[in-house]
Amino acid sequence: MSDKPPVEPPGSEITPEPLYLRRRELLKNAGLFAGTAAAVAGGLYLLSGKQRRAMDAFAPDAGQVTGPVAKASSEFDTDEPRTPYEDVTTYNNFYELGLDKNDPARLAHHLKPRPWTVAIDGEVHEPQTVDIDQLLSWFSMEERVYRMRCVEAWSMVIPWLGFPLAALLSRVKPTSHARYVSFTTLMDPEQLPGQKRGVLDWPYVEGLRLDEAMHPLTFMATGLYGRQLPAQNGAPLRLVVPWKYGFKGIKSIVRISLTREQPFTTWNLAGPEEYGFYANVNPAVAHPRWSQATERRIGEGLERRPTLPFNGYAEQVAHLYTGLDLRKNY
Amino acid sequence: MASPPYPWLNPALAVGGLAPLALLAVQGPRGALGPNAVEAALNQTGLLALVLLLASLACTPLKLVSGWTWPVRIRRTLGLLAFTYACAHFLTYLVLDQGLSLKALLEDLVKRPFITVGFTALVLLVPLAVTSTNRWVRRLGFPRWQRLHRLAYVAAVLGVVHFVWRVKQDVTEPLIYGAVLALLFAVRVGEAMRKRRARAASAARNPA
Repeated sequence: MSDKPPVEPPGSEITPEPLYLRRRELLKNAGLFAGTAAAVAGGLYLLSGKQRRAMDAFAPDAGQVTGPVAKASSEFDTDEPRTPYEDVTTYNNFYELGLDKNDPARLAHHLKPRPWTVAIDGEVHEPQTVDIDQLLSWFSMEERVYRMRCVEAWSMVIPWLGFPLAALLSRVKPTSHARYVSFTTLMDPEQLPGQKRGVLDWPYVEGLRLDEAMHPLTFMATGLYGRQLPAQNGAPLRLVVPWKYGFKGIKSIVRISLTREQPFTTWNLAGPEEYGFYANVNPAVAHPRWSQATERRIGEGLERRPTLPFNGYAEQVAHLYTGLDLRKNY
Repeated sequence: MASPPYPWLNPALAVGGLAPLALLAVQGPRGALGPNAVEAALNQTGLLALVLLLASLACTPLKLVSGWTWPVRIRRTLGLLAFTYACAHFLTYLVLDQGLSLKALLEDLVKRPFITVGFTALVLLVPLAVTSTNRWVRRLGFPRWQRLHRLAYVAAVLGVVHFVWRVKQDVTEPLIYGAVLALLFAVRVGEAMRKRRARAASAARNPA
């Protein structure tokens, strides 16, 4: 409530009209500039979303394993630094839970690892279908710290929990005709939504020669880092064959069959030129699209390290392949 | 002299187009690109190079279909952005992924068609980036310059092939980009045929 008259600015301070109009145009253009730049940046950001999503997964805690854990004979353990739990559980290839590396962690909740049964059949004297918890009760849990080399030229060091496959096979007593072991993943598109898309011929199947399966390094994992196996890593039961490329490590197994003939394996069916039955880690045999001579250790920064024959387990397993041409039998 | 319409358009495109690259450069060293940062950077720069190259190839078809002229004025910026991402993609591969190993590069180039094709696409973009200035258009003469810049289509085809060969199994996404490229090419071919028919018709009407 002032009784002073409003003060008019002196004429010298009034913006000349042409400049005033120009100012408005400048402001308008500045707004359009900012809006367009933001729209372009946002559009490109969205378009590359599929490529980017690999970055923002999360690692759900799968819970501690109860019961005693026996330490494996350390001859099998590597003392290389372990890949962080978060990387091991958010950077996965498990196409049944999505194609991107972090999809399995995000979609893991679909897979219910209990109740779960495993059928063991084929050339065995004691075929049976057994509940997973009963199966686990047959063995004492061991920890094995293994290198894991993916066929995509990256690698990890993972402390697995589980038991040797040989212990399971001995228990069900293979017949004298058994020469191979074949494994099958759960087929259930509700629990494994990736199976709704025909990217691969589902269910995933893998196989080993019987002598490979009986090798003391060959391991059935039910946990890692002292915890239950997270779904994205293949709960409740997966194969770990440390001298072979990671795709041999079939996940979420529901069937183990002993066979007379060499079983089909999923990636071999999908791309026989690129993925063989043996899939032994071999720096001398390149994948058709990239070299296998070096690898990137996840969590280790930029430096690539040389890939070792049989992933560094040559001393233990090379004798399994004497006389076999590893260039042909890749 | 009147300023051209939408003076903010090209600067905005350049700033917005480079923003994802700047974000990568900031996130990478901070470890914000996930467990395999090099793979993430390779995937993003490669995809954006292809997207921007296709966008630059969409300018003329968009003008033909809509009658707008502004798409043609952003074509050069889009092409240079595509080239920038293609270079970033290649340098990420050579420096960060292969540790600047020329031996690894040569081996990849010779032995792996997937790399050969991608590298060829980048090489084809170099003369296009160099001759992108107005001076070069004048120097070459427009018809020759135009013929040279049709190489962009070859580079885009090679880029799509590179993408198809890269993915392990599911080729849906690269094939979508392939379909976009085919559509853009179809518009250009259709327009060329229409022009030729029109020329033939006018030649028939006005015999020399």
